[in-house]
Amino acid sequence: MHHESRPARGLNRRGLLGLAAAAGALVVLPGCTGGTAVTAAGPPRPGGRLRAAFTGGGAAEVLDPHETDLYIEIARAKALFDKLADYGSDMSPQPRLAQRWEPSQDLLTWRITLRQAAFHDGRPVRPRDVLASYARIVEPGSSRRAKATLSVIDLPGSREIDDRTFEFRLKRPYAEFPNALATLGAYIVPEGTANFDRPVGSGPFRFVSFAPGRNFVAARNPDYWDGAPHLDELEIVVTNDEAARVNALLGKQIEYAHDLTPTSARTHENTGQVQVHRLPLSNFHGLVMKTDRPPFDRPELRQAMFHLVNRDELVRSVLQGSGQLANDLYGKGYRYYADALPQRAQDLDQARALIKQAGAEGLSIDLDTSDGSTGLKEAALAISDQARQAGLNLNVKLGNKDTYWSDIAKNGVIASYRSGAMPLESHISQRLLTTSTTNNSKWQRPEFDALYHEAQSTTDDARREQLYFQMQDQLYREGGFLWWGVSDWIIASAPNVGGIDDRAPANTLDWARYDRVWLA
Amino acid sequence: MTRYVLRRVLLGAVQVLLVMTAVFFLTEALPGDAAVTIAGDNPDPAIIALLREQLGLNEPAWQRLGTWLLGAVQGDFGRSLVGPRAVADIIGSAVGPTLLLAGLTLVLLVPLSVTLGMLAAHREGGLVDRLITSGTLGLYSAPEFAMGVLVVTVFAVQLRWFPPTAVGTTSLLSNPAVLVLPVFVLLLRPICSLSRLVRAGMLDAQRAEYVRHVRRLGLAPARVRFAHALPNAIAPAVQQLARTTDWLVGGVIVIEAIFVVPGLGTTLLEAVSARDLPVIQGLAVLLASTTVLVNLAADIAARTLAPASEVGR
Repeated sequence: MHHESRPARGLNRRGLLGLAAAAGALVVLPGCTGGTAVTAAGPPRPGGRLRAAFTGGGAAEVLDPHETDLYIEIARAKALFDKLADYGSDMSPQPRLAQRWEPSQDLLTWRITLRQAAFHDGRPVRPRDVLASYARIVEPGSSRRAKATLSVIDLPGSREIDDRTFEFRLKRPYAEFPNALATLGAYIVPEGTANFDRPVGSGPFRFVSFAPGRNFVAARNPDYWDGAPHLDELEIVVTNDEAARVNALLGKQIEYAHDLTPTSARTHENTGQVQVHRLPLSNFHGLVMKTDRPPFDRPELRQAMFHLVNRDELVRSVLQGSGQLANDLYGKGYRYYADALPQRAQDLDQARALIKQAGAEGLSIDLDTSDGSTGLKEAALAISDQARQAGLNLNVKLGNKDTYWSDIAKNGVIASYRSGAMPLESHISQRLLTTSTTNNSKWQRPEFDALYHEAQSTTDDARREQLYFQMQDQLYREGGFLWWGVSDWIIASAPNVGGIDDRAPANTLDWARYDRVWLA
Repeated sequence: MTRYVLRRVLLGAVQVLLVMTAVFFLTEALPGDAAVTIAGDNPDPAIIALLREQLGLNEPAWQRLGTWLLGAVQGDFGRSLVGPRAVADIIGSAVGPTLLLAGLTLVLLVPLSVTLGMLAAHREGGLVDRLITSGTLGLYSAPEFAMGVLVVTVFAVQLRWFPPTAVGTTSLLSNPAVLVLPVFVLLLRPICSLSRLVRAGMLDAQRAEYVRHVRRLGLAPARVRFAHALPNAIAPAVQQLARTTDWLVGGVIVIEAIFVVPGLGTTLLEAVSARDLPVIQGLAVLLASTTVLVNLAADIAARTLAPASEVGR
């Protein structure tokens, strides 16, 4: 039983990169935080201790917010610390410690105004704390998550203007620079902090105690700049086994259980004992085809794949109904997503014609997959069946789950893929530019790169939107990614918990936002 | 006797050393490495190379084995690959809960299974014997995983007599109620095997020539049973007990998972999935030494209980 819960942890680790997110409702406005489900919990009420259970990382867990990797570490970090910005439910950056940001005309200098905020020991949050935190993240030899993103900043060239304002100097124009401020692990710690045994942050809760792999307790920070939390105390405990999390919730040992399976959700949804929250658009599922080598260097064959996949069936069987269709593009519901493109549906005749055009009739191709995260294998088997109907033989090849992601980066031609949520901009810059480090579809198009760079160097939002549409249109027609579905992230809470945002999935601002939660 | 003990201790030390070397090379042969696992789905070759460098994975295996063995002898098992803590520290904090569970189980196990075994042997083929025999046989065939789920569902979630898990409990002793269900499940199977061994041993002993002899001498039946038959009867059970102890200290992985007990089993699983080699190796040494020690103790005990028997040569 425990064994079965292990891949979930792997999934978490991986999901992270991408900050799972959701933007279920398409009407979420930036800055709007009103997605709270109506519950039996009644109006907000102060007091109490909320116990939340997450999958943990054992004795290796750390409180260093720059080393966050697991969901549990991020949940703790956001209780204790703040970032300059964080992702809203549509993956647009929301101001946090940074009250506002103003770019220069050339987008190379960004002036940041800090909010009036204080660390838990009473010291104000100053520009030098921000600069020192970022310097720590990018220091030579570190492999901290935010390093790659923040390295766009020319730190020595950045400067403090006064106690509340400073300027970041960038190495290249970057219109969506606030995305970098919101990136995973870019937390602000007091200048000179190197030890996180008793961390001091500026977040809504103050540190009380921590035992790696076991539990973490924090208390309300009454002076929090965004309003003091309702809860007196927050306790985060580790329960790696999904059934144990459900049992603990049913047995009233915890009030919040992170990461449930669709099966558990269905079992307990209507019993009245728990509230089930399905955070939509959290995890994208797809295929990656290598566009630089046969047979998928033929655009016709990639298009044939787009036409032969039955997305409805995949969503029903692989996501067990806890998800929705995607349209071969990443980032449904996110800012700049091209929702004007028509939803594709299975068209076997068209697929057969395209396979013929590509000269791939009867061709046998290995489809790589693994048990590396939930659904990869199931999706591969289902797609292989669907391909057979169109006359294409995809042999499902089960790889090593521990080395899967690095294996498919180098080898093979087509593989099962998944991704957590991240802004469209990050998806493109990390995966689709000639210089991208995780360019697993080997999509290397100078004209595509040019569109991205133009989008990042224009201050005109409408123009940028247009450029994003062009990039997506190109990917939709002949890209190497086939995103067929997007799944919900499922959490459950006790009936007396109020204030959980049902639209904000893992790692976005309103996910695991315990300062907004109350106990009735 | 002293020579026997000395020989066994020496043999034990060699066994532990062999296990350590074997474990080192087996973990070496595990697919994947820590650098790739830590890098997750951002398999940027530069990051992986940097991690490999930092983790010292580029040095030849024999060199790392040497360094590690040398440290281990001095009680230093190195540092975790995926966190800042020392291996000894990580294992140290996980030993408590497992020892507590194992200890409690053993303390209850011995009297319970001896009593059951003797009751069953008292009248072979009688109603009590048949009840105990069929009951233990049935229970023994149920895996702890299934028993754990069943017990939690019935006694924790439905009846609400005991807490379903030990989640969030910093000290198991401060909240003993959380121990009830895991110890109960842990007891079920070893009670079956041990009581059946005691029963068989008692039946054999009661038929043995020397017991018939002391009975003919006119000793009271109870005295015959407890002072003469029992020690010989439990000699094989003591060795089974040693095996049970290994199993218990080995973390009883499934039980720790179901009841969220942060013990050695949980630590081992986490270390394996994170490819945290130093922690895996440290745990292997601990478990190997425990096995050797417990079996040594069992052999010596068996020899003392039944000097004439062939056990423990």
